[in-house]
Order: sequence, then C-alpha cells, then structure tokens
Amino acid sequence: MTDITAEARPGATPEGGEAIRHDAGWRMILRAFVENKLALAGLILVVAVVLFCFVGPFFYHTNQVATNLLLVNEPPGAKHPVGTDNLGYDILGRLMAGGQSSLEVGFAVALVATVIGVLYGVISGFFGGLADTILMRFVDILLAIPVVYLFIDLATEFKPTLLLLILVLSLLSWLGPARLVRGETLSLRVREYVEAVRTMGGGSGRIIIRHLVPNTVGTIVVNATFQVADAISILAVLSYFGFSLPPPTATWGGMLENGVNFLYDGYWWEIYPAGLMIVLTVVAFNFIGDGLRDSLDVRLQRR
Amino acid sequence: MIGFIIRRIGQAIIVIIGVTIIVFILRHLLPGNIARAILGIRATPPAIAAFNRQNGLDKPLPLQYVTFLNQLLHGNLGFSFKQNMTVDAIVVHDLPNDIVLVGVSLVLALLIAIPLGIVQAVRRNKLTDYTATGIAFVLYSMPAYLLGLLLIAAFAVNLRLLPAEAPQASTIGGVLADPSGLVLPVATLTLVTVALFSRYMRSSAIDSLTQDYIRTARAKGLRQSAILSRHLLRNSLIPVATLVGISIPGILTFGLIIEQLFNFPGVGLAYFNAAVNGDYPVVFGITVLVAVATVLGNLIADVAYAVLDPRVRYD
Repeated sequence: MTDITAEARPGATPEGGEAIRHDAGWRMILRAFVENKLALAGLILVVAVVLFCFVGPFFYHTNQVATNLLLVNEPPGAKHPVGTDNLGYDILGRLMAGGQSSLEVGFAVALVATVIGVLYGVISGFFGGLADTILMRFVDILLAIPVVYLFIDLATEFKPTLLLLILVLSLLSWLGPARLVRGETLSLRVREYVEAVRTMGGGSGRIIIRHLVPNTVGTIVVNATFQVADAISILAVLSYFGFSLPPPTATWGGMLENGVNFLYDGYWWEIYPAGLMIVLTVVAFNFIGDGLRDSLDVRLQRR
Repeated sequence: MIGFIIRRIGQAIIVIIGVTIIVFILRHLLPGNIARAILGIRATPPAIAAFNRQNGLDKPLPLQYVTFLNQLLHGNLGFSFKQNMTVDAIVVHDLPNDIVLVGVSLVLALLIAIPLGIVQAVRRNKLTDYTATGIAFVLYSMPAYLLGLLLIAAFAVNLRLLPAEAPQASTIGGVLADPSGLVLPVATLTLVTVALFSRYMRSSAIDSLTQDYIRTARAKGLRQSAILSRHLLRNSLIPVATLVGISIPGILTFGLIIEQLFNFPGVGLAYFNAAVNGDYPVVFGITVLVAVATVLGNLIADVAYAVLDPRVRYD
C-alpha cells in the first residue's frame, strides 16, 4: 500500500491501511497550503497575529491590569505607539492581551464544537433510521433558535468566565459540523471497506473511529477553520453587547465597544486598531478555510 | 412532489414545537425570576406567591407549557408587565419599520449581488473578480456593527452628510417621512447582505456557465449579451429563493445589531431594550417569533427550490 494509490483512490484503502490513509490525509492538507496561495496567505497572517499576541508581550511590556488615570486618551506617540485608552491602558499592549483571549476562545470553541459535532454527526449518520431522524430534528430545533438574541439576554444576567464562555459558544457551534459529518457518513457507511470490516468482525465503534471519522477529515478540518473565524466574530459581537470577559481582561470586541464612546471625540486610536485586528484575523481564517476547501475539493453546504 | 411538500411541512411543525419547548425550558432555567423582575427586589414572599398564583406560575411545568403553547397557537405571544401591553401589540407596532428596513435592504442586496455574481463568473479569476471577492471577504468578516460604525464615522461625524440615528417617529409614516435617517441603516444592512449573497451567487453563476445549454446557445451564434440575460441570468435566479430563505436568521441577526446601533425603532430594538430591562415575556415572545421565521424561511427555501427547478424531482 503506497501513498500514491491511497491518494488516487481516497477512501478505498482496505482494513489495515488506515494509518497510511490517515497520514496521506494530513499530507494532503499540508500540500493544499503549499499549492493554494489564498490558504498560504491566510496561514501567514494567522501566524503573524498569533506571534503578535503571544510573543509580543515578551518584548513590549505593558501593565494591562492597573489603570493609570494620569495617562488617559493619549494620542499615539513615542511612548505609546498606538496611544492609550480612557483608563490609561496602553493600546498596543492591550491589542496583544485582547488577541490572546479572542484567539484562545476561537481555537477552544472550534476544537470542542468540532469534537462534539463530529461524534454526533457520525453516530447519527452511521446508525440511521429513527435515531438519525430524532438526532437531526434536535439539531434543526437548536439551529432555529436565534443565538445572538439569547446571548444578549444572557449578557444582562451575568458576566461569564473564560471557561463558561468557551462552553456556551461551543454548545451552540457544533450543529454545523454535526450536519456536515452526518451527510458524509451517510455516503461512506455503504462503502465496501465498511462492509469488509464488518465481515471481519469489527464492531461499530471500530468502524466509526478508525474508518468513518478519518475519511471525513477534509470536511472536518475545513469546517474547523471556519469555526475559529465564526467564534472570534461572534465573540466580538457579544463583547459589543456586553456578554464578555469581565475587566481587566481585554478582548478586541470589548475594546471596540469601549472605543465607540469616543467616536465624536476623534480618538480614532481607541476604535480602529481593535476593529482592524478582528477583521484581519477573521479574514485570515476564512482565507485558510476557502483555500483548503478548494484544494481538498470538500463540498460544504455552508456558504 | 406534493408528498415531499407535506412531509416537509410536517417536519417544520415538529421543529417549531421543539423550539417552543426549548424556549419554555430556558425561560425557567435562566436566572431572573419573573415575579422578582416585576415586583422588585424587595417584594415579600407572600407577594411573590400571590403574583405566581395570579399568573399561573405556580402550576406544574408541563401544564404551564400547555398553556403557553395554547396561547401561542391563538397568536398570543405574551404580556409585558413592564410596558403593560401585549407582546403582540409591541410587535405589530414595530414590525412595519422592520419590513421597510429589511425589505428595502434585501431588494437592494439582490439587485447588487445577482449582477455582481454574474460579472464575477464571466470575468472569473480576473482583476474585477478578485477585487469583488476581496471586498466581499472583508465585509463578510467584519462584525456588522463595525461596518455601521465606519459608515457613521465617515458620513455622519466627518462629512456631516447624514444623521447617525434612524428616524425616531412612532409611526411608519413618520419614519418614511425622514428618508435621510434611513440611508445609513439600510446601507449597512444592504452591504452585509450583499457580502452574504455574492459568494453564493458567484459560484452558482459559474456552475450555470459550464452547463450544456450555454454551450448550445454559444454554438447557435447567440450574442454574449443575449446568453447572459436570457440563459445565465434566468438560471441564476433559481437559487435566489433558496438563498433568501436560508439567510433569514442571518439577516434578522444583522438587523438586530443594526437596529441597536442606529437606534432604529424596530422589533430588534424592542427585543434589545426588553433584554436590558428584564422584560422576559417580550424577550421570549420575540425569540419564538424569530425562530418561527427561521423555520418558515427554510421551509420556503426547500419548497421553492422544488417548485422552481423542474430538474429537481423528489419521490
């Protein structure tokens, strides 16, 4: 079993070859990055943003906990390259801190939502019949509930912690991947290799974990990329409505919401840098998702 | 196909019932006791008990749910104790404003996105296509309130051309009498909707371009303009109904954000104010309404697709 045949006939690898097939899946994704300029540009942007947020603070020290009322609303200058906000926080340093929480939430939500969604979808699709109908109607019901509306209501009740925020966002984000993976599973479960595993005495668990999930990895990866973009975007919207991490924790959306108060004062540095970071990061992840989708030829219902 | 439509309607009804159950459970799970919210934090336990008894809140939950569902089926979304009016009255009062905002934006968005998608498909991978795709990407990735904010900063704060706030008249006539105040909210909603639609329209037009009937039309010697208007445009219109149907939740969410940003007197703003004030009947009434609109949107999308495209056959 060589890589070439595994790639030429995706999904046709017989029992015992999953390891290679799996490997080929990841190599396929790597190659997609090299070949697709859009995905590569997105990847470079994401790496730059991650470095800026997580490595930047080691070189650019700022105090993002204590306020300094002697230094409020300073325009960009030598000491503060992007100025300070109304509480005296250095904005460049705050962009890094806000990026950390925004990216952490984005990645964590994408991970949790993908794991839940994939398992739910693959189980629903694999077992089919009545179980599938019930599981999928449940997804339809949750999809019909206006999420942002509910969050605004939640925002008036309490301030979440980082963990709670990730949990709540994940619980509402797994629906997309569940539907996609279920659709893929429906077509995969009737393939010969699934039949072969069954003949050889492989149980449902083995078929699902070793065969169905690895074969949907393209769909999963592309969708997870979009999930990161969506989570960061939703977080920014929710921060704007006040459902966000409590101060002094910074988020980009929270900075934007705070800066809006000074629109008429002309303190542009309190608004646009945070907005720019949100747009750059979300665009970057969308670039990666779109590029990967084209290269891996994944058909997604979304967009 | 009749069978498909009937089955699809049955599904929609099940989903709507499920939504009402979840909303009902949430209403009882979420922090924020209705009696406390109405009577204030210093209400005595007997007063709370009396309020609960009076409003049927002391009955078992399944019974309360049946009452809730029965009320909904009679078109009664609830009663706002805070504003002392029915949720229906609030919705009926604000809905015309939303129809103007969403309706005008939707029509404008389609008028821009459909031709844009065709132009992008025809000039695929050329500068025009890349520029349009790039702009759509940025608009798509931008939180709606940020786009609205940029427009306010540019046209209201710096250029002083347009008001930053929507018209505040209490009737639809008053809102329409001040069109300049409508420009920025409508422009914002239109732009985000175009971003939502244009990528879909582009790939749909590219799909149509590769079809045999386009090649046949070319082979007949038809002019490019005739091919585009008579064959490509018409066929690209098929997915529009589907697109609009499935975009309803997205558009309503954008609408809420934009109404809050521009203080536009619509149902979204009524929802926002109710959420801030702890006016739960309004919050849950409007939540159910939006969910029903979403389900109906999906239903219309599926049925329209089956009706409009004779190639689609369901058995």
